[in-house]
Amino acid sequence: MAVIIEKDTKILIQGFTGKMGTFHAEEMIKYGSNVVGGVTPGKGGQKHLDRPVFNTVKDAVKHTGATASILFVPPAFAADSAMEAADAGIKTCVAIVDGIPSHDMIRIKRYMRRYSRNEKMTLVGPNCAGIISPGKSMLGIMPGHIYKEGRVGIISRSGTLGYEAAEQMKNLGIGISTSVGIGGDPINGSSFRDIIEKFETDDETDAILMIGEIGGPQEVAAGEFAKENMKKPVIGYIAGLTAPKGRVMGHAGAIVSAYGESAIEKVEILKDCGVTISKNPSVMGDTVKSVLEKI
Amino acid sequence: MDIHEYQAKEILQSFGVTIPRGGIVYSPETAENKAREIGGSKWVVKAQIHSGARGKAGGVIVCNSPLEVAQATDKLLGKKLVTNQTGPEGKIVNRIYIEEATDIEKELYLGLVFDRASESIMVVASTEGGMSVEEIAKEKPDSIIRSKIEVAVGIQSFQARELAFGLGIEPELIRRASETIMGCAKAFSELDATMVEVNPLVISKQKQILALDCKMSFDNNAMFRRDKVSELRDKTQEDEKEVYASDRGLNYVSLEGNIGNIINGAGLAMASMDMIKLAGGEPANFLDVGGGATPEKIVKAFRLITMDKKVRVILVNIFAGINRCDWVAEGIVQALKKIEIKVPLVIRLAGTNVEKGSKILRDSKLNYIEANTLEDAANKAVAALK
Repeated sequence: MAVIIEKDTKILIQGFTGKMGTFHAEEMIKYGSNVVGGVTPGKGGQKHLDRPVFNTVKDAVKHTGATASILFVPPAFAADSAMEAADAGIKTCVAIVDGIPSHDMIRIKRYMRRYSRNEKMTLVGPNCAGIISPGKSMLGIMPGHIYKEGRVGIISRSGTLGYEAAEQMKNLGIGISTSVGIGGDPINGSSFRDIIEKFETDDETDAILMIGEIGGPQEVAAGEFAKENMKKPVIGYIAGLTAPKGRVMGHAGAIVSAYGESAIEKVEILKDCGVTISKNPSVMGDTVKSVLEKI
Repeated sequence: MDIHEYQAKEILQSFGVTIPRGGIVYSPETAENKAREIGGSKWVVKAQIHSGARGKAGGVIVCNSPLEVAQATDKLLGKKLVTNQTGPEGKIVNRIYIEEATDIEKELYLGLVFDRASESIMVVASTEGGMSVEEIAKEKPDSIIRSKIEVAVGIQSFQARELAFGLGIEPELIRRASETIMGCAKAFSELDATMVEVNPLVISKQKQILALDCKMSFDNNAMFRRDKVSELRDKTQEDEKEVYASDRGLNYVSLEGNIGNIINGAGLAMASMDMIKLAGGEPANFLDVGGGATPEKIVKAFRLITMDKKVRVILVNIFAGINRCDWVAEGIVQALKKIEIKVPLVIRLAGTNVEKGSKILRDSKLNYIEANTLEDAANKAVAALK
């Protein structure tokens, strides 16, 4: 089984009838994702893309049995929508939206502490490309066709850099079990460590490519986890060698503010943790290939 | 978003923090009068720029008469101050803050930041005020005390008290010190701040607890609900090209090199800059046109890059996902009909419909250098410098 989502995972679109929600719902349906309906408050009872629209996530879950959702709501309302999903029993929620205030993200994470480990939702994002398990399901906004089916897991903060890696791997004949975009914000739903742990226990994944960047402690935390707990090989690349200290590089979270947050420092620490480093972004595919040959 | 010292002081004062008497002026003529209005016999004239370390750069002048205040104001206004935080071009002084001088008994440090590891707000305090927090961490790490705020309930009195006692503050001043710490924490939470720093926080000889210098930064993503804070933005303190970019929905950071970049996605942009560096070049900028990379955005991006006189080569690297390469290519062709490019142009397209996109570019008779991979693009851009 794939990590996080399966071929038949029932998916809801939150912000279903909006322009973004409609466009990406169509793309997901075309890819073969099991989109069972959506939520737009006030439009319950209508049909959209041949699927039912509900007023609340609870209603939608009750009538469809959905276990996953994807948010296409404006940043100002995103925190509310994520908490609504958590409370309705959604197991996996992907927040695509860029621009959620950091204070709201902290509130979401505090709110989710009220659920026990077993009933707690996995929140992925915000400001991310989402999740794809090639050939099975897509819960995201990525171009599905660049992902070949296979046995390498990808975790990436950046969307486009994740695409770059997937394409390099496809050109080398290497496929992907699941690719997870965890997003570029300083505070996110799932960290590298959270996802890498899932890949370690996934019997469809042989190796993991972790694409990080400057800023924050998450890459190092994942490296330390891998060193202590993992048998599967981890390959890493850290973007932002040329980024000046104290400047935000596009992603709100890509800012070097403490020791261990620059690209060079992260690379050194990850090497010490036994992570194989891709020395530049154009050899991510080649580095994965060389590691797979040694397994 | 950053604001000026005097603006941060006004905000913190409204949350119960005591600040020395002072006022803002925009001309030497009003400075003399303002000094008299403030009263006392000694004043500090402080240049208002978005940077710390202003004292070392000559931006803070102590004066002993209203006339001296006017002279100091005249000297600083319109000047560009270069500090270790402004970059070599410095920042222009358009506003002067005049403040009564404080008899300092003790200088402390108080800062609040987001702690990404614990995903909470962290209060950091130290008895070694006046130095930067980096210097304190390096030279006097044992002087630092921390307290994590539980966001759901906000800072508690006991936490502020613990910090105040931890700073060695005498018992009769503990209440005021706690109120000061709690005021800063409330301002942080209620205004979507990302940083509050009072450095130094001083105990005066008159036993007052005063915020002598303050800095605040705010979450750009939350400005939609912070009208009053967003009004405090001072665009004269930002890079002209960065202002142009942010007003047009582009993510841009000006850098020192000469290879201009137009890229979609922040991660890919950083990776492309890394490749330029590894190929022996230096990027002139970071520019993320967004995952969408619409033709309109590409036109704006070319306009922005051509504003930068340092740029001697332009590198376009687009990985088209949902948007297709043929669409991006048409955007580039349209842009170059409107904007004349006088430097070599390297274009790399990848992703959806790459063949169609490349064909559109080739058929357009544009003068450009085609690249296939990330590495190829960086090498060709560096080679084109020669």
